[in-house]
Amino acid sequence: MTEAPPERLVLTADDVRRAVARLAQEIRERDDGRGALLLVGLRTRGIPLAARLRRHLEEFSGGSVALGRLDPTLYRDDLRLGRPRLEPTDVPVDVSGRRVVLVDDVLFTGRTARAALNAIMDLGRPALVQLAVLVDRGHRELPIQADFVGQTLTTTREQRVAVRFRESDGRDEVVLVDHAARTPTR
Amino acid sequence: MPGERSPAAELAALGPDAILRLPAPDGGAPAGPTAVAAPAAIDLPAPPTDSPDEWPGRRHVLDLDDFSAGEIGRVLRTADAMKEILGRPIKQVPALRGLTVVTLFYEASTRTRVSFELAAKRLGADVVNVAASSSSVTKGESLLDTAHTLRALGADVLVMRHSEAGAPYVVAEHVDCMVLNAGDGWHAHPTQALLDLYTLRERLGTIAGRRVVIVGDILHSRVARSAIWGFTKLGAAVTLCGPPTLLPAGELPWPVQVDHDLDRALEGADVVMALRLQRERQQAGLLPSLREYVRLYGLTRERLARARPDAVVMHPGPMNEGVEIMPEVAYGAQSAIADQVTNGVAIRMALLYLLGGGSV
Amino acid sequence: MTPPLVSTLGAWADTPTARRPAPAHLLIVGGRVLDPASGLDRFADVRVRDGRIAAIEPGLAAADGEAVLDARGCVVAPGFVDLHCHLGEPGYEDRETLATGTRAAAAGGFTTVCCMGDTQPRLDCGAEIAALRERAAATGIVRVLPIGCVTRGREGGELAELGELAAAGAVAFSDDARPVRSSRLLRHALAYSAMLGRPVVEHAVDPELAEGGLVHEGPVATWLGLPGVPAAAEEIAVGRAIALARLTGGRLHLAHLSTAGAVAQVRAAQAEGLAVTAEVTPHHLLLTADVVRDGPAGRPYDTSTRLDPPLRSAADAAALLAAVADGTIAAVATDHRPQRQVDKDCEYAYAAPGATALETALGALMELVATNRLSLPVVIRALTSGPAALFGLDAGRLAVGGPADLVVFDPDAVWTVEPARFHSRGKSTPLAGRTLRGRVRATLVGGAIVFSDE
Repeated sequence: MTEAPPERLVLTADDVRRAVARLAQEIRERDDGRGALLLVGLRTRGIPLAARLRRHLEEFSGGSVALGRLDPTLYRDDLRLGRPRLEPTDVPVDVSGRRVVLVDDVLFTGRTARAALNAIMDLGRPALVQLAVLVDRGHRELPIQADFVGQTLTTTREQRVAVRFRESDGRDEVVLVDHAARTPTR
Repeated sequence: MPGERSPAAELAALGPDAILRLPAPDGGAPAGPTAVAAPAAIDLPAPPTDSPDEWPGRRHVLDLDDFSAGEIGRVLRTADAMKEILGRPIKQVPALRGLTVVTLFYEASTRTRVSFELAAKRLGADVVNVAASSSSVTKGESLLDTAHTLRALGADVLVMRHSEAGAPYVVAEHVDCMVLNAGDGWHAHPTQALLDLYTLRERLGTIAGRRVVIVGDILHSRVARSAIWGFTKLGAAVTLCGPPTLLPAGELPWPVQVDHDLDRALEGADVVMALRLQRERQQAGLLPSLREYVRLYGLTRERLARARPDAVVMHPGPMNEGVEIMPEVAYGAQSAIADQVTNGVAIRMALLYLLGGGSV
Repeated sequence: MTPPLVSTLGAWADTPTARRPAPAHLLIVGGRVLDPASGLDRFADVRVRDGRIAAIEPGLAAADGEAVLDARGCVVAPGFVDLHCHLGEPGYEDRETLATGTRAAAAGGFTTVCCMGDTQPRLDCGAEIAALRERAAATGIVRVLPIGCVTRGREGGELAELGELAAAGAVAFSDDARPVRSSRLLRHALAYSAMLGRPVVEHAVDPELAEGGLVHEGPVATWLGLPGVPAAAEEIAVGRAIALARLTGGRLHLAHLSTAGAVAQVRAAQAEGLAVTAEVTPHHLLLTADVVRDGPAGRPYDTSTRLDPPLRSAADAAALLAAVADGTIAAVATDHRPQRQVDKDCEYAYAAPGATALETALGALMELVATNRLSLPVVIRALTSGPAALFGLDAGRLAVGGPADLVVFDPDAVWTVEPARFHSRGKSTPLAGRTLRGRVRATLVGGAIVFSDE
């Protein structure tokens, strides 16, 4: 029986919630009117994160904020290696003319964000697309940057960053896992 | 708003999720601390509840007889995602860019061929159609010669329809490409069965425990054979109905019932699938007359009333209206026939996506 | 101290059309000598001199100039007799020739084979029979006995000149692989068979019932969506043939039986005293229709399983085994029917029926012995004295002073069927890749070693 690799807690539940709150605040502050906001959560944990951000933003504004979910798998650049299971994509409003904020838990190589960007562009012509992530762990392989970052982490390429939310995993935390020979996918 | 307390006490009472409301941009007074409760459970993608879900990976789709319930579940789930793409203004994703799909049809079929062609194109693949009647096949080129040639020309996937059972197996054995069976003789039509299952799941929610009646020329029907595999693997109770000359003789290799009386078989049925009757069967002496067949096995409104009121009517097409199915049934409220056609593209997209890859 | 085995294959091994080598003087030591014709079953040495068996005794010492074959752990039996094979020549040399077919026979332990007349031209007249015998003597390395056609051209329209065929050397008459459609013609042929002392070998099938059928009609046919041949197609034809044998007093031999129903009819006919005999192939004893679905290599629709008659149910195989055990079926005949690979690498419906069988027959039968479905003496009888008696052949026995046609085989040797290594030109067999038990070590015809596994 293999042991679970050792984990190191880098963000506690409080840290996570503060970071989420801060993200929501920044998103609200940098609204320059270039289109109504649409939050789009990327599978898998971008979705609960986007839902939390929506709650915060709706509290701020008192109105409703559009929310969608996106699985960018069909736009990935590594499908030759395998066929990941597809999650539902559901963007209930037209993206054209909107300010779309893509939401994901971790930004790593940038490949997932690139795929998501291509997917959004096939759905319409947004006025503005931005990227919000809870954790930026560096090691970009494409010219991609996040507009909103909850927390920057220094990591090695071999380490894995695991973001957990109470809705999906039972608790809020971010851990660093020492994991040899892991192929980066983000 | 919370009751009258000191600001510090209020803050403490709110707990760690509290955030401070900042002054509004117009300079209004801050409204005081407001609790933001921990988010309630939101709608994450629900894990599948009605069927298991797995995809260990396969190179060919030749028949449903070796599919597990989990693999069928994965195909249906993948088709959900594909159907969403078909609802977009730009009905295309680049997932299969660079893949070459060749349809090799030895039997003419506009509907199935176009369905596959669209499925491949929606996923960004390149498509070439080979109709065996208009190519060197008529000059006597053997099946394997043709398949090897197409492979050498760059075909990654061969979608094959052939009049002889087992033909796609020969190609899968000898040629280095992926093979998708679009119908081989009397034997199998796996994509039809999968789209039938998908359509029924849309209408009924679950397949397990449903009573399904398949009526018609089952002996010569690849649609029936594949449907029987699909339904029984997902736990439906299947009854085959038809004249004895059109049912396979002897012991059957499936856990199904046989009933020659359609009125009786339809009692309480959830699904009725009518099969096309080919006129050649009457000429071959398998039926006394078409009129008799219609009298005994035609699906009329009266007969359908014996099934459950929400029973679903299906037909793989093309229909002989007035023979195995009456127009008022074919186009009635219980008919899912149009949906079958629509869902065919999504299912074929799902299979093209899943072929050749393992689960990640 | 036994001298090493001297192989006489030598120079002629690379020239397959050369004559058989000159007989060797040979002592075969330490084997279990099994001769069903005489009831002999003991450990003994066999001396071969001038093409004949000089002695069968234990404890023989090697004489000067006598080579020795170490047969310890092996069985020494009469050379096998195959009542039914297709050797391709004349006309279908790309499937098989007399040279390649007899080399396959020798490798399988057969010293006498009876070849069917479905050649091109047909063996339907004395001249063709004589020509075949001449060619076989020149290029074949085992004894080849021709079976003449029942009807002219094998067309089923008129009787061939059966008397002329018999005089020219035909040992039996058959239109295999077709039935004689006309009951009237079959009746006449059977009447002649009694007079000429040679059986009519009938490929018993009702053509209309069997038309289009590719596999046994049953659950496998249903699963695979293939048209089936019902067992009734054979049972009806067997019934017809037996009734005609009763009517004429003729000698009826039923080729490659495949159904329990046919077995029951043959048993009843024999009990009645009719001259009705039958054969079965090793495939129909060892395999069932399941192999069409599960494949020799795990894939369905493998055309190596396309046989005529088709492989049938487990109940049919069990009845056939019981019939071999009790002598109702007195002969195992290979129905060796090689096909070109291009005629097999295609859709099941278009594949030519038949398998290459001479080199796997013993292994398949020994597999049945190893799994206690047949006994070794029964197997040897069904390969030697049984078939010889059915056709009245002077073969299939070991007798001092008789011709040294014998086979030495290792009953326990385990080997894997590799068609690419067959001597036969035909490479299609439903036993491909299978592990069989029982392997021929040496085959002698007239005292000459025509096959050696060294």
